[in-house]
Amino acid sequence: MAIDCLVLGAGQEIGKSCVVVTINGKRIMFDCGMHMGCDDHNRYPDFSLLSKSGDFDNAISCIIITHFHMDHVGALPYFTEVCGYNGPVYMSYPTKALSPLMLEDYRRVMVDRRGEEELFTTAHIANCMEKVIALDLKQTIQVDQDLQIRAYYAGHVLGAVMVYAKVGDAAIVYTGDYNMTTDRHLGAAKIDRLQLDLLISESTYATTIRGSKYPREREFLQAVHKCVAGGGKALIPSFALGRAQELCMLLDDYWERMNIKVPIYFSSGLTIQANMYYKMLISWTSQNVKEKHATHNPFDFKNVKDFDRSLIHAPGPCVLFATPGMLCAGFSLEVFKHWAPSPLNLVALPGYSVAGTVGHKLMSGKPTTVDLYNGTKVDVRCKIHQVAFSPHTDAKGIMDLTKFLSPKNVVLVHGEKPSMMSLKDKITSELDVPCFVPANGETVSVSSTTFIKANASDMFLKSCSSPNFRFSNSSTELRVTDQRTADGVLVIEKSKKAKIVHLDEVSEVLHEKNHVVSLACCCPVKVKKESDDVDVDLIIKQLSEKISEKVSGAEIHETGNCLQVGSFKGSLCLKEKCAHRREISSSSSEAVFLCCNWSVSDLELGWEIINVIKQNL
Amino acid sequence: MKLTCLSKGDGFHYPPCHMLNLCGFRILIDCPLDLLAITIFSPFPYDVRFEASEYPSDVPLDAQSPTQKKQKLERQMTPDDLVCAEPWYKTVKALHLWEASLIDIVLISNPMGLLGLPLLTQNPRFCAKIYMTEATAKIGQLMMEDLVSMHMEFRRFYGPDDSSFPWWTKNLDGEEVPALLKKVVFGESGDDLGSWIRLYSLDDIKSCMKKVQAVKFAEEVCYNGTLIINALSSGLEIGACNWLINGPNGSLSYVSDSIFVSPHAKNFDFHRLKGTDVMIYSDFSCLQTAEVTENGCNSPDQDNNSTISSDKNDENLAASLLDTEESLEELEKLAFVCSCAAESADAGGSTLITITRIGIVLQLLELMSNSLESSSLKVPIFVISSVAEELLGYTNTIPEWLCEQRQEKLISGEPSFGHFKFIKDKKIHLFPAIHSPNLITSWQEPCIVFAPHWSLRLGPSVQLLQRWRGDPKSLLVLEAGISSGLGLLPFRPIAMRILQCSFLSGIRLQKLPTLLSVLQPKIVLVPDAFNGRINHTEMKPIPMLTYSENKTLRVPRTADNPDVEIMAELASKLSWRILRQGENFGLARLKGELLMEGGKHRLVSGLEQEASSGKATGLRHWGSVAPETLLDSLVKMGITGSIEHSTGGNGSEDKCVIHITNPSSGFIETSDIGTAIITDDKNVASQIFQAIDGILDGI
Repeated sequence: MAIDCLVLGAGQEIGKSCVVVTINGKRIMFDCGMHMGCDDHNRYPDFSLLSKSGDFDNAISCIIITHFHMDHVGALPYFTEVCGYNGPVYMSYPTKALSPLMLEDYRRVMVDRRGEEELFTTAHIANCMEKVIALDLKQTIQVDQDLQIRAYYAGHVLGAVMVYAKVGDAAIVYTGDYNMTTDRHLGAAKIDRLQLDLLISESTYATTIRGSKYPREREFLQAVHKCVAGGGKALIPSFALGRAQELCMLLDDYWERMNIKVPIYFSSGLTIQANMYYKMLISWTSQNVKEKHATHNPFDFKNVKDFDRSLIHAPGPCVLFATPGMLCAGFSLEVFKHWAPSPLNLVALPGYSVAGTVGHKLMSGKPTTVDLYNGTKVDVRCKIHQVAFSPHTDAKGIMDLTKFLSPKNVVLVHGEKPSMMSLKDKITSELDVPCFVPANGETVSVSSTTFIKANASDMFLKSCSSPNFRFSNSSTELRVTDQRTADGVLVIEKSKKAKIVHLDEVSEVLHEKNHVVSLACCCPVKVKKESDDVDVDLIIKQLSEKISEKVSGAEIHETGNCLQVGSFKGSLCLKEKCAHRREISSSSSEAVFLCCNWSVSDLELGWEIINVIKQNL
Repeated sequence: MKLTCLSKGDGFHYPPCHMLNLCGFRILIDCPLDLLAITIFSPFPYDVRFEASEYPSDVPLDAQSPTQKKQKLERQMTPDDLVCAEPWYKTVKALHLWEASLIDIVLISNPMGLLGLPLLTQNPRFCAKIYMTEATAKIGQLMMEDLVSMHMEFRRFYGPDDSSFPWWTKNLDGEEVPALLKKVVFGESGDDLGSWIRLYSLDDIKSCMKKVQAVKFAEEVCYNGTLIINALSSGLEIGACNWLINGPNGSLSYVSDSIFVSPHAKNFDFHRLKGTDVMIYSDFSCLQTAEVTENGCNSPDQDNNSTISSDKNDENLAASLLDTEESLEELEKLAFVCSCAAESADAGGSTLITITRIGIVLQLLELMSNSLESSSLKVPIFVISSVAEELLGYTNTIPEWLCEQRQEKLISGEPSFGHFKFIKDKKIHLFPAIHSPNLITSWQEPCIVFAPHWSLRLGPSVQLLQRWRGDPKSLLVLEAGISSGLGLLPFRPIAMRILQCSFLSGIRLQKLPTLLSVLQPKIVLVPDAFNGRINHTEMKPIPMLTYSENKTLRVPRTADNPDVEIMAELASKLSWRILRQGENFGLARLKGELLMEGGKHRLVSGLEQEASSGKATGLRHWGSVAPETLLDSLVKMGITGSIEHSTGGNGSEDKCVIHITNPSSGFIETSDIGTAIITDDKNVASQIFQAIDGILDGI
């Protein structure tokens, strides 16, 4: 059995995450994102690789969306409404609630900008969301008879999940984007120790190792503070959800502490509305926030106001959160156009900016002019601050998670090729786990675990439930082995289910009679004769002492004139002429004989004991 | 599997309690408190009551409440009969007979089943793992904290009392004590005294809740690698659940009070309970109501019985369980309560609602505020409870635990429950206690008050009932069952109108056959009280056992032998023996390590098996040895001998002896049941054994 992992998007790049995994005949699409930096057909994953005929319902068992970012959910309305996929779509409760907001916001931005034709309509979004089934954390969902999925907390944004999927005995985890440390409002990713054949992990920061966030948070706050203290305007282009709330919590808190009166604006009602969702979904935030919640909801920001277009040119300092992030279009870009020429102002770019956006241009180098999409140039004299804390895990986090889950294989997606390659080497060498970095359109195949099921008999299970240790002295060290499973026999009968029975039951299953093969001999024991009387007890005692000396791990039972070791039984033979005695050995008539028999199971043991007995003197 | 029903419970507030023995683990299901029993205590101290009894008693008795049943007592009980002491609380009697340290798992199905748990976890020897849903944990904890804070008022009055014996029972065994009171205190059989205990403290609650492992609906938790435990929504209350337990010896479902279509909580998730090996049916709610008809309940449409197998039919059956008739009925009841309250308010009277079922309170708050808003009546709504604010706040942050309509609200960005808006608009006022400073300033009558406790012995409801009991315009809304017992005794005579409500709190008996035919358990356990109420013949395809209180019922294993899963890698390394007789069989000795993992037996590659793999232990052979064949193969090895047949005289079996002459002497005795090699030459013996091994089949 094999697991096929086809990467439709985010292979060796960031953007349009979409990985299709086939496990034992079930095909699951993880994420269905759009590339923010592309305008052409490359914007969407190449769905034609899934089905030439476009019959996606039969090609895919289900879609699972890990979180509401556009590069993870952006192509979903297109895929369900335009491409016509009608099967189940799963996402967490917050993702289901917040994705439509993100999609609608993006759609509006795209249509407003350059009057681009609509990729999907508002109705498409609504129809698409109707197909979505909401997931709770850790809830085990049986998609169909064989396919089981489960979501784990990923911490990246509100409602972000990692997804565990299992078909038969094969299981995988797709991480989506995750964060291994707690941040201002979200907890760290949390997953059970699972047995996995494949781990598909993001690797945005595949080589970065970050220290504590607090200095970076302070840097950001100081940069903003410095700007507004100097009478400048701070622009923070961000998407309505996620980063905006985190930074706003940070600023709101700082404003309180420093008693700053400069207004903080949100560019659209959207973010205000989003705060409402955050309040209701407080159970998905970090423990810290949840505890505070009983007294004061931390998403009730005290210093935050709505922004009005007329305020762009209003005098005086302010802080503005404007959508969309990355300065890719829309209102944030418009404000940027007006504010960028002033050296007093500040643009703080939170998080990653996809290649091709203005945000990316600002971050890569120090441009003095920037081309906007419609050809106009803008002088950039304002300060640029890159917010250096990110809701993505760093390289250490990826290594930690991989080590913790210890999967049989790792596939890296959602990263930049050079650093992914170095992380791949690290995973292969340090953790000894095969690691793959497929490009878009490539498929990675790995083998999967399978178990063979056999019906076990009660006797076998009972005998296995009690330990059956054997101790043996091999060379210098004591060895302990437990061979209880060796008492089990796997029986396969034509056209019947395999069975496991205990050794003693085999003949019954085969309708045969046991045939006992044993060995016997009557062996002379040379004893020091002190009197004519034969002291039976003494002889047995002496023998057992000798045996325990010579034969390792022998458990000896003495009863009367018998001694017993395993299946070996020896008893003093008082017969004048024993059938089991070799005539020639009766050299001395005073000799005492031990009549022995043992089963072939203890073949070697028996002979060892015979040797000891013979050497006795 | 063994089931011992420790208590059948008594309605919504006192769920049943069971002890289950599964795979050798002892599982306690629910740990409730019998809060109805505290009605034997007087709600106020002696002197206050004295004053109260001077209240004009010219209100004719008959005018009190039309719904109330007349008590048939030796004499009319008076409020003086009630016990004037700090209340003690009654637990499940039989639970004390179990050693706390021997309980391995505690499963709590709903917040009411949690109320008695701190009394168990107080025990220093208690070490069980406790599972409940997150919502049950939260709501249950708030309910317990509320209980403790209400109880504190008594503490303050009576002062500290650390006696470990319920001293107040001393005066209760006299002749003159009313039988009803005696029955509550001493029980039917007179041995309930041990079940009375003092209430726990806030610290006890805290330490109890620390031991809890909270789960989500349908989260699989694994106990000891053996049992996979699932909490599945039961629809009774937010967070209330049924249990599905999978183990190596089969699956078990525990169905507690369940509601198919809930107007607030997530619906009864019965699909997941399909096809279990054992189903414990523990919904006693149908015994509470008078709905049980004489001739029992009927099976679903007769034609279903014949061909249940078809999928379509199955779906229809499932759909018939989800009809909305029940929920409409419930909605009507709520609307009636609202209209009564509005009527009272119109007439200038206040309404006191002592119902504390969270789901009902939430819906009533919603309905009442809406109806008040539309009727332009300016009546404030007060919710007085130490936990009201936290509880109502909490209910708006848990969309995952609510019914679909309310989840939809999340998607459209609205709060899950309507009270959110009305609290903001100051139409609903929340106060932690009746003596809260702000209460006086905003107090106005007539008003509508939600106040605990439903037993009318604790909390703000006592004072408010005192205040309004003489006012015929006012309305008292009670939970069913309170007025028939001791409940209203200390407040008599009452001039208030009384509305007693019983809400759906479980599966109706007539739905049981349909449910069973959908779920198709291999065996179902039902309470003995169901005998005669359900028609066994119509449930025939499913074997049924009945269980009784405090009797242990042993359930035979219905599942097949457990499966062992062998890792494919390991299986390919097994050495197969091909048999001479019967090529149909393949045999292989097992290797590796047998583990119990996720409720399954698994055989995986062990650590170091090579060292000992050379010599197999416990060889087994079967078949028979023909002496001639044996001699032939011995000759090939260079061993010579001669055959001597001996047909055993006097009935003994046939025996054959081969005398070995070369290379050393010895002989082989062989018969149907075995072969013995008799020689003291090790080499010869092992050669002979090789020859025999070649002739026989073995492993």
